[in-house]
Amino acid sequence: MSAVTFDNVSIMFGDAPEKALPLADQGQSRAEIQQATDQVLGVHDASLEVEEGETLVLMGLSGSGKSTLLRAVNGLNPVVRGRVLVKDGEEQVDVTACSATRLRKLRQNRVAMVFQQFGLLPWRTVSENVGFGLELAGAEDRRERVARQLNLVGLDGWGERKVGELSGGMQQRVGLARAFATDAPILLMDEPFSALDPLIRTRLQDELIQLQDELKRTIIFVSHDLDEAFKIGARIAIMEGGRIVQCGTPREIFSNPASDYVADFVANMNPLGVLTARDVLEPGEGERSIAAETPIREVMPLLREGPLSVMEGDHHLGRVTAQSVVERLSA
Amino acid sequence: MLDWLTEYKLPVGDVAEAVFDWLQANGGWFFDGLALAMEWLIDWILFLFQAPHPFIVVAILTAATWALHRNWQVPALVAAGFLFVLNQGYWEETSESLTLVLSACVVCMGVGVPIGIAAAHRPALYRWLRPVLDLMQTLPTFVYLIPAIVFFGIGMVPGLIATVIFVVPAPIRLTHLGISSTPTSLIEAADAFGATPSQKLWKVELPSALPQIMAGLNQTIMLSLSMVVIAALVGADGLGVPVVRALNRVDTGLGFEAGLIIVVVAILLDRALRIDK
Repeated sequence: MSAVTFDNVSIMFGDAPEKALPLADQGQSRAEIQQATDQVLGVHDASLEVEEGETLVLMGLSGSGKSTLLRAVNGLNPVVRGRVLVKDGEEQVDVTACSATRLRKLRQNRVAMVFQQFGLLPWRTVSENVGFGLELAGAEDRRERVARQLNLVGLDGWGERKVGELSGGMQQRVGLARAFATDAPILLMDEPFSALDPLIRTRLQDELIQLQDELKRTIIFVSHDLDEAFKIGARIAIMEGGRIVQCGTPREIFSNPASDYVADFVANMNPLGVLTARDVLEPGEGERSIAAETPIREVMPLLREGPLSVMEGDHHLGRVTAQSVVERLSA
Repeated sequence: MLDWLTEYKLPVGDVAEAVFDWLQANGGWFFDGLALAMEWLIDWILFLFQAPHPFIVVAILTAATWALHRNWQVPALVAAGFLFVLNQGYWEETSESLTLVLSACVVCMGVGVPIGIAAAHRPALYRWLRPVLDLMQTLPTFVYLIPAIVFFGIGMVPGLIATVIFVVPAPIRLTHLGISSTPTSLIEAADAFGATPSQKLWKVELPSALPQIMAGLNQTIMLSLSMVVIAALVGADGLGVPVVRALNRVDTGLGFEAGLIIVVVAILLDRALRIDK
């Protein structure tokens, strides 16, 4: 059973979505639909399954509908047609059709969220913010759980400060801790690092990957930055104008972009983040051997001592040389 | 030439009178009950101010100011101000006026904050409410003193009612402003973590609106104080009484004495309640 299932989800902003849906079904663009019916297309017919423990990145330019789709998971955006199923224990709950009480329980215990603008309560301390979700759910052992989360995100000793005294990066750690604290198995992250400066952003990405290795939550992550998407996501769904145009692993997208839009994204990204030894092969033998999945960042320093043989298990695939790397990167 | 226009006068005055007559005939029990509750409130507050020795009251007020500010300047100002009032022999009138102000605060905040919250949550309600609030603030105060006397007689109660009518739009507007300007990101965060509507109100909207609500309280106090002279016209005790008496007797000295006391009390209240962060 998938942790989250999007089943032909359509989201429309406006007062008469039923007029606009047929036009969307005919494949009309957002601008055309708005011209004809005054309704704004948020998402059209998005279907996607997110497995338990997986990190899926929704990726696209601003206005592509990625945040809109994410916010359908916890019902912040109403779905006009289709279903969003969220796993709750042994059953799947349709967020678009369940009662307000049920939705509230899901939000308290199953689905937590991290926001781009943090969404912290400025009059509260760091601890009180981290404990916010637990407080709403009426959790008993709030103090210990908050302390554990503060330790997890490296904010030991900051608990009694007001959030306003913290830098942007630290505030977002508070946001992460608040989301982790409820022990919700599903985390929604709406461009959580976009408002941060690049150094802090990279560090928090690394920390998130590390935390995820331990915590094994299901993460749906929204980003407009393909480098970030490739770094964090096990799978990436690329959206354009409210529709999913391609969904696959970073390798699949990098080596086989489905449209010009995707190809443009790929062309602008840093290839060092995705390429592995397998991608820079040439025929021949090397002195030492490495695995085919070794990231190219790790391969390059080793090349100083000559060509390397690339192995997949016991099978010899070819070799990597400085020349073959340069050729692949300039291709 | 204007005969066609003046020939039939729209019965504004007659309608108002008919409405008030009807209210008096059919709503008597309501106004009596209201008057009783207000009288009870006023008596209690007046008792708190007048039963202890004036020095004790001044000491308590000074200590409360210190608790709010944690410095020595403002409490010193408060103590000096009240000692000046005692020196001039206006303690009784001052305590009566403070009672009126405090009762007005209780009623205005008790009524205004919930109405402000309701209006912020229901834009349609606010569209209806706005012209009513405008009317309450622009209608000359003397005009509704007349029905106030009709319904509540002479004394503190009609003074309080007139004060409340004039003042309550301020906390309503400011509460509305505060609640409706709660950042959307905070509302969404509360929703995303499963807040009930009442949790959202108490844990997010009210704390976020607190600065505006406190500004509403400050406005309430200042506006109520500005009503003490007018309240005196319908028989409310307090600092307005000597002012009105001075006006009738053309007594410049008495007028300035009482007027200065009102100014002093206004400054004290304003400084004591202005908490800058």
